[in-house]
Amino acid sequence: MSLHILKRLLGRDRDDGPPVRTDGGTTSTGGEASATDESDLGALLSLLRESEAVQSAPFWLPPFLLMGFFVYGAIGWNVIISFTDFAGLQLPAYDPSAFDLEMYRRAFSDGQFWAATRNTFVLLVSFTALSLGGGLGLAILIDRGIRFENWFRTIYLLPFSLSFVVTAVFWRWMYNFDSGVINVVLRGVGLDFLASKWLAGGVDLGLLGALPLVPETLQFKLFAVIFALLWQFSGYAMVVYLAGLRAIPSDQYEAARVDGASTLRMYRRVILPQLRASTVSAAVVLMVFALKAFDFLYVMFGNNPGPTADILSTMMYRQAFAANEWAYGSAIAVVLFVVALAVVAPYLYGEYRRGEL
Amino acid sequence: MSVRDDLADRFGVDFETIDPVRVVLYTTLVGLIAFYLSPLESGLMTALKTEAEFATSPPFVPPTVDGFTLKPFGVALDTLSSAILNSIMLAVPATILSALLGSFAAYGLTNFEWRGQLGVVTLFIAGIFIPYQAVLIPLSRLWAIVNTKELLAPVLDITVFSAQVPVLGTVELATHPHYASIINLIITHAAYGIPITTLLFRSYYKKLSTEMLEAARLDGASAFTVYRRIVLPLSTPMFAVTLIYQFTQIWNDLLFALVIIPSGSGPAAVATIALNELTGGIIQTFNTQMAGAFVAALPTLLVYVLFGDKFAKGVAGEA
Repeated sequence: MSLHILKRLLGRDRDDGPPVRTDGGTTSTGGEASATDESDLGALLSLLRESEAVQSAPFWLPPFLLMGFFVYGAIGWNVIISFTDFAGLQLPAYDPSAFDLEMYRRAFSDGQFWAATRNTFVLLVSFTALSLGGGLGLAILIDRGIRFENWFRTIYLLPFSLSFVVTAVFWRWMYNFDSGVINVVLRGVGLDFLASKWLAGGVDLGLLGALPLVPETLQFKLFAVIFALLWQFSGYAMVVYLAGLRAIPSDQYEAARVDGASTLRMYRRVILPQLRASTVSAAVVLMVFALKAFDFLYVMFGNNPGPTADILSTMMYRQAFAANEWAYGSAIAVVLFVVALAVVAPYLYGEYRRGEL
Repeated sequence: MSVRDDLADRFGVDFETIDPVRVVLYTTLVGLIAFYLSPLESGLMTALKTEAEFATSPPFVPPTVDGFTLKPFGVALDTLSSAILNSIMLAVPATILSALLGSFAAYGLTNFEWRGQLGVVTLFIAGIFIPYQAVLIPLSRLWAIVNTKELLAPVLDITVFSAQVPVLGTVELATHPHYASIINLIITHAAYGIPITTLLFRSYYKKLSTEMLEAARLDGASAFTVYRRIVLPLSTPMFAVTLIYQFTQIWNDLLFALVIIPSGSGPAAVATIALNELTGGIIQTFNTQMAGAFVAALPTLLVYVLFGDKFAKGVAGEA
């Protein structure tokens, strides 16, 4: 191998002066190595030994291999399975000539799949938007120089430490028709007609139901889920926004105030535009949690949340692990992965562009 | 001194200049506390009531003296204690392992300069965002093929889960073959924790003074020595944040446990699975369900209450 190719691979062909290093008493100078003959094995070895890529490899390579195997290897395997008709416990033959798009075709002609896709998007968008709005509101309230700030912040963030499983157990009790808190309070203040079976039943939306992505009947099920998740995650959005608000130099507030801007105007014109980074990072994390809402739905509704609350992750689990339709489950998983990628790729690209990675 | 002056003194409340905006502000904030605590409060009140009591009193009202009982907590502890022990055996090593691996990776990816580094970093960070559904089937297949128990048999007896306790002698924490799946779960969580722990440590290591690290390397210190002598001791605050975050995530996971532990239950069940089974049964009354939720949530709640500030910082820093 040519020396300068190796140097390029190791990132050592820049003209930033000869990096002088002592390595076990042997002094070798990177700058002089460029004059060395290609066949000089010793120079090659010392170049390798002192290259930062090689020095750092023992640290990042083992975690990289472990993670790469479990994350990217597993995703690759999952994609392969989705092209087969793997439906049993034995391993499929993985014959590339037998690969087809049968499972994807099946998904796209499956009403349940489209219902789950629609619910996934409704959950993703409304949960993220509501949590961001709620979190921003909390952050603005808390940022107004209040006493006992730590207490308020701690309590609002408390639900974030709970698991989806625990949240689901608590909220199933909150939503209970006969003796759940919500209905008991509604009946207590004379609003009996509002007391509902929050986790079942629905309202006919009439003409609105003809619109794409809008269900014919509005079930509370999905919104009951979104509300409980809002309870769990709005504190998280608050913490992120609070950090964002605190990062804005205080002279900007003062400048706006000197200019005679009202508080509302100041937030709209000065503060909010600067919270873009907080919004993006909080939104990405919230969306990832929304895609992981499986645990919550599984505890709340068991293996089948029904067409109005089924999301892609619950459908995938049911198909693969309850119905043993492994290939079909993996095709749905691929769709879910693509949705996640579509959500996250612009964020990662933005971070890359701004040199934040 | 009047009560008013006393209050003014103690809390710095200036009654002359009470601002109606601030009254609204504090009322809102306190009202929100009611919202955030109501599920926990009504859950706790329900867990402290006898069956007769919770059938008649509103869920958020404290029990009467006659209606007070700790029995639901007793039942929940009985049912969940072995699962909680399993969760500890899972979460502690998996948390430490993933934090250490993340710290290694972040050091190797931050404090060195080489071509292609950014590509590798991107692969690490993208790993945070994969929906676990996309790896479930391969994971379940993998752990069905790899028999951890047989693999480990020459090295470790499966009674690794027994402990030598003075006076008591050998305590068998677990001898069931299913416990091999706890090891599988530890490896899985450690692997899937690497992306987020790497990101957390990387944001921290970026701020370390490079001059100091360079100087140490020029003095002839190996990369490992620099890590052990300089980077690791400086990482303590970040280890605290990462350990808290990872512990919460691993303790709270249901999905991996459902897929990796055979039949999703049995003696190897972790706390989330056991809680789901406890509360999913029709026999259990609401007071036992709520007590179970508190018992299963206690470790993360405790971690959160004790280290809440660091937790909040870590959560904000992760973004």
